[in-house]
Amino acid sequence: MEIQEYNISENNFEQCIKCTVCTVYCPVVPVNPEYPGPKQAGPDGERLRLKKGIFFDETLKYCLNCKRCEVACPSGVRIGDIIQAARIKYGRKKPKLRDMMLAGTDFMGSIATKVAPVVNTTLRIKPVKQIMDGVLKIDHRRTFPKYASQTFESWFRKEAAARQEKFDRHIAYFHGCYANYNYPQLGKDLVKVMNALGYGVRLLDGEKCCGVALISNGMIDQATRNAKTNVRIMSEALSSCEAVLGTSSSCSFTLRDEYPHLLGVDNSAVRDHVELAVKFIYRLLESGKASLKFKKDFKARIAYHVPCHMEKLGWGIFSAELVKMIPGVEFTVLDSNCCGIAGTYGFKKENYEVSQAIGKPLFDQIKVIDPDYVACDCETCKWQIEMSTGYKVMNPVSILAAALED
Amino acid sequence: MVQHGIKNDNEFDVIIIGGGITGAGTARDCALRGLKVLLVERNDIATGATGRNHGLLHSGARYAVTDQESARECIEENMILRKIARHCVEETDGFFITLPEDDLDYQAKFVQSCNSAGIKAEIIDPKEAIRLEPSVNPSITGAVRVPDGSVDPFRLTSANITDAKLHGAKVMVYTELISFIKEGDTVRGVKVHNRITGEDMEFYAPVTVNAGGIWGHAIAEKAGTTINMFPAKGALLIFGHRVNNIVLNRCRKPANADILVPGDTVCVIGTTSSRVPFDEVDDMKVTPDEVDLLLTEGAKLAPALASTRILRAYAGVRPLVSADNDPSGRNISRGIVLLDHETRDGIKGFISITGGKLMTYRLMAEWAADAVCKKLGTDKKCQTMDIPLPGSKSEGVEEISRKIWAHPTASQKATAGRHGDLTVRVPSEDELDTSLVCECEEVSVGEVKYAINELDVHNLVDLRRRTRVGMGTCQGELCACRAAGLLARARNCAEGERNDLKRFLNERWKGIYPVGWGDALRESEYSQWVYSGVCGLEK
Repeated sequence: MEIQEYNISENNFEQCIKCTVCTVYCPVVPVNPEYPGPKQAGPDGERLRLKKGIFFDETLKYCLNCKRCEVACPSGVRIGDIIQAARIKYGRKKPKLRDMMLAGTDFMGSIATKVAPVVNTTLRIKPVKQIMDGVLKIDHRRTFPKYASQTFESWFRKEAAARQEKFDRHIAYFHGCYANYNYPQLGKDLVKVMNALGYGVRLLDGEKCCGVALISNGMIDQATRNAKTNVRIMSEALSSCEAVLGTSSSCSFTLRDEYPHLLGVDNSAVRDHVELAVKFIYRLLESGKASLKFKKDFKARIAYHVPCHMEKLGWGIFSAELVKMIPGVEFTVLDSNCCGIAGTYGFKKENYEVSQAIGKPLFDQIKVIDPDYVACDCETCKWQIEMSTGYKVMNPVSILAAALED
Repeated sequence: MVQHGIKNDNEFDVIIIGGGITGAGTARDCALRGLKVLLVERNDIATGATGRNHGLLHSGARYAVTDQESARECIEENMILRKIARHCVEETDGFFITLPEDDLDYQAKFVQSCNSAGIKAEIIDPKEAIRLEPSVNPSITGAVRVPDGSVDPFRLTSANITDAKLHGAKVMVYTELISFIKEGDTVRGVKVHNRITGEDMEFYAPVTVNAGGIWGHAIAEKAGTTINMFPAKGALLIFGHRVNNIVLNRCRKPANADILVPGDTVCVIGTTSSRVPFDEVDDMKVTPDEVDLLLTEGAKLAPALASTRILRAYAGVRPLVSADNDPSGRNISRGIVLLDHETRDGIKGFISITGGKLMTYRLMAEWAADAVCKKLGTDKKCQTMDIPLPGSKSEGVEEISRKIWAHPTASQKATAGRHGDLTVRVPSEDELDTSLVCECEEVSVGEVKYAINELDVHNLVDLRRRTRVGMGTCQGELCACRAAGLLARARNCAEGERNDLKRFLNERWKGIYPVGWGDALRESEYSQWVYSGVCGLEK
């Protein structure tokens, strides 16, 4: 009989055989007893929700969307997607002003960079933090990322764009909100490394925020609009560029996987060419098509934290291998452990304690290893680790750039 | 009305044999009329055809063209059950769809027949039907909307039993009829055997009601008469989750596998129809041909069924009373058959209530109780069409659960869905009581304790019928051992519970076996590792 040979429907929660390994690997379960865990919130809960929407449980908001459950699942169930899709479909709580501010990384960044010194100073003042805590429920113990006074895009146009065209081969850079508004140095480092590899860098024509924070804060319409624009401009860029590269694991993960799975935006035409710079660079070096010259006297003890979305992508190995390749690096990979921030999650007052409890084993291990600095592909992990341990965190691309021979 | 002169504990006004929905309904009806009632059931409640059907709250539309009387009974009872059994019923509506291979002319005749039977039948645009029920076959050429729904037969039976007991009825499960106590041509009582204690007992009443479903055939023989019954097997498949939210039927003459019913967290396709010998009715097996037929025809109603995981297969036996030599049993009336054996066979104090269907159980009970009252010489009126069943007295799931818990969780809402307003009796104070036994259906420890303490649960299979423990996708993999632990504690008997656990898992496997491929097979392999590897169970 032809039908029913593989009985796998598009509702792939049916592949779940209840082994519960997802719940074992969930970082939230051990620290927040209110969260039912990925198995119950995902495949189990979905059966009840299919019966009636009233069986939606608001505690699903405690999901970090770290996707560790999906990495753990031996049956290929997209557990994290099921939970996020349920929040999108059934969640009745509208995003608050705070959520909109935290999620609107693009909008907030474009305003804040214009008055960066004022914003950066203000956000460090204790009374301001207290007010934000009281009124907006953004936890006062958080340190905020600083805003840059010049965006990466603006620097690129003025200082770098012209010379990129001298190269024969090009990649398009999806810089994301962080490199653009908070830390343009990361973008500058990427340009330096790609140029050293013989590639020119181009920007996308009107890049929008990838939408990762919009999705987790329930602002799905705007996330979908951004997704459609980004897929279109990436597709245009790919006519003259070999790939669209990112330096943020969460941005790249969102562009590749969350667009089709959660927003229903078809990215199949571009997906295979959207990746993290580290993967692209590793392949170039490994195949011998390009090489990098490093400083002779470079010395650093580096501990690498694999961000959750990097684990989901399965690409942590590329960052690790690249950093290890640098002569003079003493390298350790940290144990697989979510740092607890999960984008905007840890900024929210109600999640602060949980967030810090999740990250504690990671923080403790970093302190024991006592590296010169931590390597990590995700900006929110960086903020969390820097705030919670005092150790500096650098993107692997920035480490490569710093180690390059001048 | 308690009969004057009754002094002993073993004397009743009426003895009812059979704990299916008909017996349970009759017990409730008689108890509400003030009679002293005894119900005996040789297994658990709802073990026969009651628990082995679609769980369809028929609008009657299916019978409208062929059997106006059944159709009228169905729609009337349908409307009554919506009022009195709210927590057992889901008002989903139903579609009768026409496929390209069906004759669209049948639709007009169908709608006209529905209307004349009092069933609201509305022709809707196929596009609108697809919008309302996206799982329906997109090539439909016609659709009629009718007030079908779904009904949980276990819950319905249990609620009837609970109410009968609240009104003084004595209910004895696992108690088998050995013989009738007769004086000449009068049935005076019954001799029964308790299968748990091993005890034999005698009970007396002026009237005994045979409500044994297909087993009523053998019961009547014990009383010295015969009912010409026609055991018609019907096989069904349960899918892992709800594919549809509106009942799907084919708009044509009733045939095989043409109804897909969404019930609780699953959906059910059925049925087949074939005559089986009486000696097989205790152990129905679903054949590969039946599975193939159900899947092939089912996928015509909702194509997604072809790729949806099947949880299990099961079959029931319809207690049809034959009137002619129809070999399939399809054309026998589904009408109610009430036999007064005094006028029919000259046996006094004995009546049989049979035929009919789950949908018309209340009306069957009313007829039976009327006949009992007539024999007892009392004129107490039936009240079951107005008085809600226990659990169905108040509002919906959300209101009920919010009254008990300020912020009900999904599992608390699931409990409220199963027990209605009786949910207040489910312990939920401490962490143990709120933790889960069954994760697929979200059954808490408290709910299991409630079932053990108040709902006549003797083993894991009984518990499943009261709470849905083990009815979900894992089919007992995670919940059975936890539930067995609670039962062992309640009964203070670990060894007995170990055997019960084995029986339960084997019973689950029996239903999985006919559909044992793909994910269902992976899951049962995993279950086997858990139970033979971790728990050390053999066989």
